Amino acid sequence: MSVKLADNLFSSDIKQAPIRNGYGDGLLILGKENPNVVVLCCDLTESTRSLDFAKAYPDRFVEVGVAEQNLAGLGAGMAHEGKIPFITSYAVFSPGRNWDQIRVAICYSGNNVKIIGSHAGISVGPDGATHQALEDIAITRVLPRMTVLVPCDAIEARKATVAAAKIQGPVYIRLAREKTPQFTTDETPFEIGKAFVYREGKDCTVAAAGPQVYYALQAANELAKEGIECEVLNMVSVKPMDERTLIESVKKTGAIVSAEEHQITGGVGSAIAEVLSRNFPVPQEFVGMPDSFGESGEPNELIAKWGMDGKAIFNAVKKVLKRK
Amino acid sequence: MDIRELEQKANEIRQDIVKMLVTAKSGHSAGPLGMTDVFTALYFGVMQYDPQNPAWPQRDRFVLSCGHICPVWYATLAHAGFFPHHELATLRKLGTRLHGHPHNEVLPGAENSSGPLGQGLSQAAGMAYVGLKMDHKPWRVYCVMSDGEQEEGQIWEAAMFAGKNNLRNLTALMDRNNIQIDGYTEEVMPLEPLRAKYEAFGWTVLEVDGHNIREIIDACNKAKAIAENPTLIICHTIPGKGVDFMEYDYKWHGIPPDGKQGHEALKELRTLGGKIRSEHE
Ligand SMILES: Cc1ncc(C[n+]2csc(CCOP(=O)(O)OP(=O)(O)O)c2C)c(N)n1
Ligand SMILES: [Mg+2]
Repeated sequence: MSVKLADNLFSSDIKQAPIRNGYGDGLLILGKENPNVVVLCCDLTESTRSLDFAKAYPDRFVEVGVAEQNLAGLGAGMAHEGKIPFITSYAVFSPGRNWDQIRVAICYSGNNVKIIGSHAGISVGPDGATHQALEDIAITRVLPRMTVLVPCDAIEARKATVAAAKIQGPVYIRLAREKTPQFTTDETPFEIGKAFVYREGKDCTVAAAGPQVYYALQAANELAKEGIECEVLNMVSVKPMDERTLIESVKKTGAIVSAEEHQITGGVGSAIAEVLSRNFPVPQEFVGMPDSFGESGEPNELIAKWGMDGKAIFNAVKKVLKRK
Repeated sequence: MDIRELEQKANEIRQDIVKMLVTAKSGHSAGPLGMTDVFTALYFGVMQYDPQNPAWPQRDRFVLSCGHICPVWYATLAHAGFFPHHELATLRKLGTRLHGHPHNEVLPGAENSSGPLGQGLSQAAGMAYVGLKMDHKPWRVYCVMSDGEQEEGQIWEAAMFAGKNNLRNLTALMDRNNIQIDGYTEEVMPLEPLRAKYEAFGWTVLEVDGHNIREIIDACNKAKAIAENPTLIICHTIPGKGVDFMEYDYKWHGIPPDGKQGHEALKELRTLGGKIRSEHE
């Protein structure tokens, strides 16, 4: 059964919102719900959408300054004292700069810290390659005990934020800067450890995470016009991965395209391949960054140039079908 | 315990460190022997804790930042009653709770894991921030760090944070033994003036002879009385203290004594450097 999505899914006036906004909304819910939730940020309070929480709960907000290694260590120390710290920065800096601290002080030490990496992906745009985190999924999912969530829109980011506080242990949540279609609804199901079928189909599975879930739906819509029926999965929970939903889908379709705004190496596609190669190997094509750094440009230009948009997914489906 | 008893305790801990390292056949000698008096002072003259209930909420928090000197921590924790003394012989062996670098999830009495240098002060500051600013608790946080570790940028991020937030419940103790792996600190990477640096970061700085237990305890008590800001106690120590052939020599940073050297070291410790006769001889 596929899930309920926005009614005007493919209309040009679908509401657009940055995924990071959902984090800000989620924090406000948590602020009210759970007095142990605290937020730490490294001089990026507004752009990471920590600001509303900081204003509403100043005693539970900590300005750390531009010091991401300290950010992770402080978070670990506060978690040790029973707080649920959300440590917040851009993904290139956290978990980029402070991976050792996340590994030892948070994961190995069993500290209940939530790591929020905003401005991930090439869609950061004009700031250029230094600011485009395309490796963060790989370096977080490789860590024992880490949960990795890649929400597809602002609504799902809100749900992921609230859910992260409810589980014990480190969670990485990947957020994006640009406005993208807000195509899920309050009723759309979300659960850590679950993948969701957003469109049913029999010919090819498209398993995507982040903004690429919407692009996958667009591609599936175009492919349907040619009689190709894609099954689109939202792989928001990259780790733990919902192996059952994934395997069931490819058993039906016999081919898969993975899609993400991340290096192909080590990302969501790799995680999918790790599951399928052990359980039910089928031909797979990878939509993602082809072992390159990004560059400056407009988000939509970059997504198109580097092959992570709906058209790239469309072409990858065509290609994988030939390998069936 | 009076000062004589504390000194006796430190001597016993040093002997345990030597025995542990000989048995483990790997591990660090210089730092642990150099910091034994500081650990003895902290655990038997300064900190509040309950070895029967390591998670006692009112306990003072102890964070070891330079994890490689853990043999002194393990031996001290055993003497303080956190786990059976015979477990010291399992250092670094398969199935042990006493890993080559400390792991908080298995080591009774440990708040943090360490090994990668430079991380401890941040965690200590996180705990101190919660205790002081959020939950208003009376307990204090003690953080032991090394001098070589001061070359890590994260230390200064944490120092800045603790200074800004006037974390007066935080006392850091630095093992100023002037050595690191590649040589003497001032040759590898000059650290001085350490006092002025920490003062500039908003800390109170005290300096002690790291082998004078009375002085160490007094400095910790003074730090408690300081109401304005965090305190750094620079503990001037002799690396390898108590074992003549190890003292001052950076080559003993990361190696254990072999059986013969261990025998010699234990003899020296038992006889207080030849001042008394050992009943074992
Ligand atoms: C981040 C990091 N880099 C390198 C090391 C390897 N290392 C272990 S101990 C050490 C020497 C540091 O000097 P210090 O702590 O003063 O040594 P000691 O006085 O105990 O001999 C180094 C470089 C490490 N543990 N962590
Ligand atoms: Mg040193």
